[in-house]
Amino acid sequence: MPSARRWLLACLVCVLAVVMLGAEPSARFNKVGHEMICTCGCGQVLLECNHVGCPVSPVMISELHTLMDGGGSDTSILNWFAAKYGATVLAAPIRGGFDNVAWIAPIATFLLATVGVGFLIRMWTRRRVPASASGPLVVEDSLRDRIRRETEY
Amino acid sequence: MQLHPMPEFGSFTLLLALALSVYTLVMGGVALWRTRGATDGAASRLGETARRAGIASFVALSCAAFALVWASFTNDYSVSYILHHTNRDLNTAYKFSALWSGQEGSLLLWAWLLSAYGFVLRVRHKVDVRLTAFASTILAGVQIFFLLLLNFAAPPFAIQPGPVALDGFGLNPLLQYPEMVIHPPMLYLGYVGFSVPFAFALGALMMRYPGEKWIHITRRWTMVTWLFLTCGIFLGAHWAYSVLGWGGYWGWDPVENASLMPWLTGTAFLHSVMMQEKRGMMKSWNVWLIFSTFLLTILGTLLTRSGIVSSVHAFAQSNIGDWFYGFILIVFAVCLFTFFRQRDHLKSENRLESLVSRESSFLFNNLILLAACFTVLWGTLFPILSEYVQGTKVTMGAPFYNRVELPVGLFLLFLTGIGPLLAWRSTSLRAIRRNFVLPGIAMGVALVVLVAVGVRPWKAGDDWQSTLFSLVTFTLAAGVITAIASEFLRGASVVATQTGKNLLSSMVLLVRRNTRRYGGYIVHFGIVVMFIGIAGGAFNRSSEQEMGFGDAITLGQYRLVCQSYSQDSNKNYDTEFALLDVYKGGKKITQLAPERRFYQASQTPSTMVALHSTLESDLYVIYEGKNPDTDKPIIKVFLNPLMNWIWIGVLIVVAGTGLALVPSLTRAPVRIAVAEPVLVAEVHHA
Repeated sequence: MPSARRWLLACLVCVLAVVMLGAEPSARFNKVGHEMICTCGCGQVLLECNHVGCPVSPVMISELHTLMDGGGSDTSILNWFAAKYGATVLAAPIRGGFDNVAWIAPIATFLLATVGVGFLIRMWTRRRVPASASGPLVVEDSLRDRIRRETEY
Repeated sequence: MQLHPMPEFGSFTLLLALALSVYTLVMGGVALWRTRGATDGAASRLGETARRAGIASFVALSCAAFALVWASFTNDYSVSYILHHTNRDLNTAYKFSALWSGQEGSLLLWAWLLSAYGFVLRVRHKVDVRLTAFASTILAGVQIFFLLLLNFAAPPFAIQPGPVALDGFGLNPLLQYPEMVIHPPMLYLGYVGFSVPFAFALGALMMRYPGEKWIHITRRWTMVTWLFLTCGIFLGAHWAYSVLGWGGYWGWDPVENASLMPWLTGTAFLHSVMMQEKRGMMKSWNVWLIFSTFLLTILGTLLTRSGIVSSVHAFAQSNIGDWFYGFILIVFAVCLFTFFRQRDHLKSENRLESLVSRESSFLFNNLILLAACFTVLWGTLFPILSEYVQGTKVTMGAPFYNRVELPVGLFLLFLTGIGPLLAWRSTSLRAIRRNFVLPGIAMGVALVVLVAVGVRPWKAGDDWQSTLFSLVTFTLAAGVITAIASEFLRGASVVATQTGKNLLSSMVLLVRRNTRRYGGYIVHFGIVVMFIGIAGGAFNRSSEQEMGFGDAITLGQYRLVCQSYSQDSNKNYDTEFALLDVYKGGKKITQLAPERRFYQASQTPSTMVALHSTLESDLYVIYEGKNPDTDKPIIKVFLNPLMNWIWIGVLIVVAGTGLALVPSLTRAPVRIAVAEPVLVAEVHHA
């Protein structure tokens, strides 16, 4: 229903606005700064690059301050850096397209494996030979010994 | 022509070791082939010569390692490797560690450690002569690969052309730290050590070894190897924390990942192998777990050495990657061929009987560990895939791993708690209620207390994810610790009833009766403590400031006041440092001296972190350099809560593994023959 969808969108916008307004500038700077890598070759997160006289990180940090003061969204700022420094500046692949495969593959594999294990357990437990229904279970000494051995750990 | 006696001796011993290893492989193989149906005196004698040749290869490789260390200690700069990795004023301990600071030396260390493991295996061959002969022959095959590399692709004794230099280029400053003397050998002991269970598993499969005795034989090898790898990984993490100066200990660097992957599969193997040992299940799975673990150790060495992925561990890179690709392919082909040829030997003797059982918890444990391993492998190799598919590389940094691995880690923590509470075969509802009440209460109480003291994700703003992770971790940790403690107490009270001893003596007796089980619980406890430490990272804080004389910086409960800053110099490096008085609650508690060194030989800087460590938090101070305008030092301070818990957790893991290695008072018999399935309605694990 269109009106319901409009209400839903309005609520979503309100929630996002509250979240965005509530975010402290320094926290946001910290968050975005931790989603990029210093491109000097150290491989460290931008805000954690600790090289004395690093020619790159102060420039990038200054650019980040400028873009944040300019009111850009997190995504637009990250896109700006990716366009200027290349995709490797992003600490994780977030550009969409093939980058999504990076996120989907581990989750899909995990889910498939979980379903597989569940299916395997179900198959195995169904195949189980039922315990004798004709009378009480008689446990011999040798059987007791084996049970003890097999259940020790 | 100038003579170089020691390097030439080293080169000769490497060639000799190669010849001896080839003899061990070929003659060992021939002897095994000829004795496959019946005993053959001549073939047995041939097999014995192969075993002795394997032992001799250890002696030859020891001589090669000695020759390289000797060259380092005597400043023999005619050897290219020594010229590039040492200098005259290098500290004695670091001259020794130069053995593994470059590619050729670390490959020599690999080969030497492998020969040392082979030496122990061959000396102890009477444990099972034929199985050991198989394992010895397979190990010789692995050793040949490394000796081919050392003799033809990366010779450590290559002579530097031209006149001999007066001094060397020095050791990488990042490696000039005490932990670097033990971290690489420890890691290599772990990497190389997995060759032994691999060789036993492949050998047992090749000879269709009856029963599970081979697992019993290799159990200690696997555990010791796992322990070395664990120590190696965490020594590396501690080194990164203490030296790299970025306030963290794990950066998800490809080389760090390379060490984590075999650890994850090795951990899965240690768990699932119990199902084979006790119930004859998961045989194919276990064989492939140990095959994969070994292949991942080789892949790890490939990643470290070849430079196919960008890494801060660029200490030793070259183009020997093709050799490794070839070796990995050969090993995989041999494993696959043997598996398909002998797969009928790997049929399960029992079936899983219930979803709620120890067996299924092991299955899920394996699933989680392998999912974590796959994620790490995927993240490590995705940049290469991305470049292939879309022409541009991407970075797979901490944000990717943190988002994907944290839920996996939490699930693993959850299983750590519930797994030991489930009985083998099947657990009744009554047993579940009985075993889970206390941990459930503990988790509830922990959750309420944590929220009350302010761990509230909904009020953490942008940090809500890390705060939520911490809240869940602390809550689960409370449950798991309670579960482990209740297992000890329940067992001890049974022993106390049987023997009339007090609870403490009963607990000691309980542990001594089954060191493997209770050692395992202690390892689980250590893992939980480590998780608590990791979760503390959500509350890290930092501050950076230029600090002249008398200037102060405040972070949390600490106030740091600059007393002085100066510089010094010695033969190896120049140093700049600041002296900072640390106050807590107005009282001076210590003085810290963060330092920045500049190594003369290599012309590179290095950070020396100053650390004040308590159970509550780490005060981590780094000297970032001087502001050229004011000539005052820039100091960065981190406050890292619960950091020590990680290292304490590792110590507990080491203690638990050590305990599990001690023989129990009552020894469990080993399955040596295939038996019929047992039908039991419910069996508790006590």
